[in-house]
Amino acid sequence: MDYTILLLAIPFLMFLIIGLLGYKMTPKFSGLLGSAGLAVVTALAYYTAYRYFFTEFGQAADGARETIVMFNYTWLDLSNASRPDLMIQIGMLLDPISVMMLVVITTVSMMVHIYSMGYMHGEEGFQRYYAVLSLFTFAMLGLVVATNIFQMYIFWELVGVSSFLLISFYFTKPSAVRAAKKAFIVTRFADMFFLIGILILSYYTKTFDFLKLTAVDPEAQHATLVFSTMGGKMFMGLSVTSIALLLIFLGGAGKSAMFPFHIWLPDAMEGPTPASALIHAATMVVAGVFLVARLFPVYFFEAPDVLHIIAYIGGFTSLFAAIIACTQTDIKRVLAFSTISQIAYMMVALGVSGFGGHDGLGFTASMWHLFTHAMFKATLFMAAGCIIHAVHSNEMDAMGGLRHYMKKTYYTFGIACFAIAGIFPLSGFFSKDEILVAAFEADKILYFCQTFVAGLTAFYMFRLFFRIFFYNEPKFEHTPHEAPANMWVPLCILSVFTIFSGWFPFSKWISTDLIGYDIHTVWPIAIGSTVVALIGIGTAYVLYYKKNDIPDRIANTCKSFYTWASHRFYIDEVYLFITNKIIFGGICAAIAWFDRHIIDGFMDLLGWTTNTVSEETKEIQSGSVQQYAWVFIMGVITIVTLALYL
Amino acid sequence: MDLLSANNIIFFLLATIILVFGFLSVTTTKILRAATYLFFVLFAIAGLYLFLSYEFLAAVQLSVYAGGIVVLFVFAILLVKNLGEETEKVSFQKKLVGGIASLAGVAVALITAFNYGFIQNETADEAANAVDMQAVGNALMGVEKYQYLLPFEASSILLLACIIGSVVVAQKNKEEKR
Amino acid sequence: MNIPVEYFLVLSTLLFFIGVFGFIVRKNLIGILMSIELVLNAVNINFVVFNRFLYPDKLEGFIYGLFVIIVAAAETAVAIAIIINVYRNMKNIDVNSIKELKN
Repeated sequence: MDYTILLLAIPFLMFLIIGLLGYKMTPKFSGLLGSAGLAVVTALAYYTAYRYFFTEFGQAADGARETIVMFNYTWLDLSNASRPDLMIQIGMLLDPISVMMLVVITTVSMMVHIYSMGYMHGEEGFQRYYAVLSLFTFAMLGLVVATNIFQMYIFWELVGVSSFLLISFYFTKPSAVRAAKKAFIVTRFADMFFLIGILILSYYTKTFDFLKLTAVDPEAQHATLVFSTMGGKMFMGLSVTSIALLLIFLGGAGKSAMFPFHIWLPDAMEGPTPASALIHAATMVVAGVFLVARLFPVYFFEAPDVLHIIAYIGGFTSLFAAIIACTQTDIKRVLAFSTISQIAYMMVALGVSGFGGHDGLGFTASMWHLFTHAMFKATLFMAAGCIIHAVHSNEMDAMGGLRHYMKKTYYTFGIACFAIAGIFPLSGFFSKDEILVAAFEADKILYFCQTFVAGLTAFYMFRLFFRIFFYNEPKFEHTPHEAPANMWVPLCILSVFTIFSGWFPFSKWISTDLIGYDIHTVWPIAIGSTVVALIGIGTAYVLYYKKNDIPDRIANTCKSFYTWASHRFYIDEVYLFITNKIIFGGICAAIAWFDRHIIDGFMDLLGWTTNTVSEETKEIQSGSVQQYAWVFIMGVITIVTLALYL
Repeated sequence: MDLLSANNIIFFLLATIILVFGFLSVTTTKILRAATYLFFVLFAIAGLYLFLSYEFLAAVQLSVYAGGIVVLFVFAILLVKNLGEETEKVSFQKKLVGGIASLAGVAVALITAFNYGFIQNETADEAANAVDMQAVGNALMGVEKYQYLLPFEASSILLLACIIGSVVVAQKNKEEKR
Repeated sequence: MNIPVEYFLVLSTLLFFIGVFGFIVRKNLIGILMSIELVLNAVNINFVVFNRFLYPDKLEGFIYGLFVIIVAAAETAVAIAIIINVYRNMKNIDVNSIKELKN
């Protein structure tokens, strides 16, 4: 036991204090308190990362990274003689990806805390906002350090709850309430698969523990425990392992907004922008990626077919979301679809990754992209927040020419745009390049698909950039102004990360087999992707630098496709059709009829019977002494007669 | 058995008085009359005790019942207004119900009594003499077998409690007095 | 004394059930109380008669009769006090209209 428990305890304590006593604090104090608590957590997380990556603390004897269990409390002991390891524990596991996630979460959360003091200034429910932020930070940290899959599931649901609470922060707005419900129900629906997957997996392996599940034998090319317990077992023509892991991935797909569960994320933008930056861009939505990464050895050795499915779902989702992003006009929606697309990128990288040494490049690239994406997407969201703050609208039409008014936002947004587009030497270039290299080595189709998506990404991001900061100035109701210091300072800090995180030696730190290796930029692929990105930027420049009619003409030439894309391919309508017409209208109507007439009718009958019988018999209790006397006498006579003559 | 012996005449006379006036006292609609009929019944029962040579009991019956309780009834009736004429008629249904219960009870009790076969003590006639008052006194004032000091004391406490209780219950509320 | 004990029992049984009949049909509280007196007296006759005819050399029935009279007197006194109180509060002593304790 040491200081690491504070990583979880402090945010939780902050949640309790601000949540329970917040109404007695001034908003400013509660914000400062939350930020101060998180500052401590951030410092501890950085210290942990320093110790883990730069001292012997994280070094095993053979030079690999060590996997350290800091503490592990048994919460529910389900063990018996035949399953000695089946117990649900709450603990803290430090390994490269969890330590990296600690840094990502605390950094972005810290920035969001500071930023929110400016952005949420004067909002009603300020204290509630900070309480839920702390809850979210607690849950997310608990998720990434989970020592077993069940602990992960618990915190998984907790982040879902805090996400729900933050999306519905403006709960007087019906659209926000709808969005929160949608997000919760969709992710919860996916979590059902996750839970079933967990149960199948633990039913066979008789443990929840990640360390035992992911233990591998590189010689035999198997994940030892999973292979020995589940290998060869089939169910409905598929191996049980594949089914379990596919179900677990579906849970991750729900949280990470993979197709077809992506529908909740764009609507989730109803929440406050900094919360979107933290939850729906940087941290919570990558939980699915993290889940797959956590179980990566099992996926790789025992269910490579599922890994292929993951890769293709990721590839399709990234393309799909990128196309939609090109047609949206709400800047936060564009960013939301961009997020879906980029997370899908990470999924692709995991899906094409191999195991061990340089073969595990996809894994490294995925985590790297997770890191850089968290930084630049948080920057983009916060900058978008500044813009929305300045013009009081989410719509592009209300913006234009803002570079004259908001210098700092302009520069940071620009840096982040270049980073996401993958322009050298910003971070996105490196991480995206490694993903493309991994895809190239594994699957050419995915490589071309992802390269095309890279171009699309550059296009829609710069469409956004030019539309906001150049283009023609609309009539502002009042002149836009730069955001206050507590909003632009976090932006600047995050853009520093955005610039330099590409130069971190990620492959030394994070690898599938925990042993560092060297990577180097593969220039043909890098140049290819850069060229594609530059084409995207150029197209965006032509179309959107100044007001002209080319975009409308293009939209008109492929009108039906454009309409489909701008309506997000009607996926929401398909869901609504399925839920409203088929499930509610068809199945549920019959069930409701049964419930109302048969079940309720039976209950009514019981009630009616009781009522009637009591109405009929209550006359016995007349309260008349004489009647009682009569009954008494007759009773005595009857008993005497029976006793004497029968 | 000599039907017209003095014993028989006295017994049937008393029995007739008891039953007739008993019946009248529960059926009359005038409550003061009912009290009067009750007085006759109690008086006749005292006669019955005398007939059985229990003079002391007859004296108690006369003084407590006829002298005390009936007077109490009369006082109560007179204190409670408008009870001289109880005009409300008893419904036929109620009479029927009460009659069924009573007749059924009479039937069961009489069948049982006649079938039981009491063994009458042969010495009854000699002992029909008056009970020795000294024997009664001894029975009430001792703690041996067949002596009843404890019930006697208990009944004295009961009477005391009744006196106090009656006073308290019948007392007017202080608030009403104000 | 040549009257069989059954005759006395017939008398007391009839008196007892006359009292019961009165208890059931009477509406007036005082009337009900009088019916109870009839019942008590019927029982008393039984005590005395059994003592006289079955165990003439003992005094148990006699003593019991004595106590019954005492208890009846006490009971009547209290009952009449209650009736008077009821009347004072309700202006009525009809059993059917006294329903304060119901509900």
